[in-house]
Amino acid sequence: MRATRMSTLVLLLAIAGYFLLPVWWLIVSATKSKGELFGGNGFWFGAELHLADNVGRVFTHSGGAFPRWVLNSLLYSAGGAVAATLLAAMAGYSLAKYPFRGREGLFAVIIGAVLIPPPLLALPLYLLASSTGVVNTYWSVLIPSVVTPFGVYLARVYATSSVPEELIDAARIDGAGDLRIFFTVALRLMSPALVTIFLFQFVGIWNNFFLPLMMLADDKLWPLTLGLYFWNSQLRDQPWYDIVVTGSLISVVPLVIAFIVLQRYWRSGLAAGSLKA
Amino acid sequence: MIRRHRVAALLLLAPFVVLFAAVFVLPIGYAVHQSLFRVERSGLGLGPAETVFAGLSNYARVFADSAFVGSVVRVIAFGLVQVPVMLGLALLLALLLDSRAAWFGRFFRLAYFLPFAIPGVIAAVLWSFLYVPGISPLPAFDFLSADTILWSIGNIVTWSWTGYNMVILHTSLRSIPRELFEAAEVDGCSGWRIAWHIKIPLLRPSLTLTGVFSIIGTLQLFGEPMVLRSMASVISGGYTPVMLSYQAAFGLNDYNFAAAIAVVLAVATFVFSYGFLRLSSRGT
Repeated sequence: MRATRMSTLVLLLAIAGYFLLPVWWLIVSATKSKGELFGGNGFWFGAELHLADNVGRVFTHSGGAFPRWVLNSLLYSAGGAVAATLLAAMAGYSLAKYPFRGREGLFAVIIGAVLIPPPLLALPLYLLASSTGVVNTYWSVLIPSVVTPFGVYLARVYATSSVPEELIDAARIDGAGDLRIFFTVALRLMSPALVTIFLFQFVGIWNNFFLPLMMLADDKLWPLTLGLYFWNSQLRDQPWYDIVVTGSLISVVPLVIAFIVLQRYWRSGLAAGSLKA
Repeated sequence: MIRRHRVAALLLLAPFVVLFAAVFVLPIGYAVHQSLFRVERSGLGLGPAETVFAGLSNYARVFADSAFVGSVVRVIAFGLVQVPVMLGLALLLALLLDSRAAWFGRFFRLAYFLPFAIPGVIAAVLWSFLYVPGISPLPAFDFLSADTILWSIGNIVTWSWTGYNMVILHTSLRSIPRELFEAAEVDGCSGWRIAWHIKIPLLRPSLTLTGVFSIIGTLQLFGEPMVLRSMASVISGGYTPVMLSYQAAFGLNDYNFAAAIAVVLAVATFVFSYGFLRLSSRGT
């Protein structure tokens, strides 16, 4: 048993190295000066720490484009995810608690949309947005971000199991209207599912690349992913490796922290996802 | 249902349904519509543009386009290797972490899942630094040649998504009643036999799910090759089907052709996913 455990541990550690070493390299590299990036031990720190220096340069590079992209990413992700969560909760609750004709048909269409990958939808969205003049505005990225079919699925499942009918009936007898019951009673009971929906949507928007790439020609509207992609694509002519490396690290930090702190919600969301099959 | 309740149900549902129609149904319909037209210019292409009905000719162009066929063959070949490798690794890790032999399960779960927190584009930027000689700490090897580039892209995708799939598989392993294994253990079954004969068959629905999502992911391959393109000249503008549709729209301004590619891809994705679901549910 002990030998099995040791060999399992060695195997797990080796695989963990594969997943962690690139991130480690990014952290170490963000502390190096541009010269130190080339040559020397890539997996260990240089003679001096230049992290503060590098961060400062990332934030002032190209006339302060980076902090603007950070704010844009936050706006798209937080704004989009809050609205998406509320809309999904309302729709999911309605589908769970009100039996109306065509309910299951509508639900099937919404679930089917989970199978449509966002990049395949981006081009049609772009064609539509450019014919309506929405293209190259904040709205062109925000509006598609507030619709999450997966969130509706999750909200419906959760509302069915965690908002008791008796509670709704009791509130009605007390004279509360249906909308008030939803906003004061049901939303609170559904809050664990809402956190999960918010997280998935936040990360989905934060990571989105294809939609903003198509929609946004103006670099003032870009999110972080698009900005870093652009800087990275210029490397052949502009060797600002230190800027791209440090910028990449900064763009990763908030999400990694959120992942570690909110592990519980991730797992419950993924567990719900695996129930679908 | 009382009328008052019906109004409430509608009010709660309407905002989502309206926006859903606006960003899912309407664009798809509009893309289908666009794919049936063609822009024609008179006078050696310098005259005024005119939009004319083209029937299915854009679709005929898509299937006759050797770049499109090449890109589809490329992503299918890619998926045939990358998806089994990634899901095999995810399954192995889920089983190892579920077995009694695993120490520090929490730490390892988090370590494997970590790359999922990194945006795909940033992951590609990060790996591209590890691929480029000079800045890379890895031993000298040409990761960006015509022979190796697809493997290098596959590595980025595998690195990003193995942990995600592992968590799904591990979570459904955890939901299996423990007594099932304990009975087998009492009968003297080894850990590997329990995994093979009990756990993997029970994981089938989850494996199907991760399989479908991985196939969808393969067909929409875009960010990684786009990022590597600035360093690897072997990646053409139409390297993958989605890149080709992007190039048609933005490089050539041929929106009708781009729309036809998008519609073909959407149908193909649906057929692949649905076919895979049917195939893997057979015999259970």
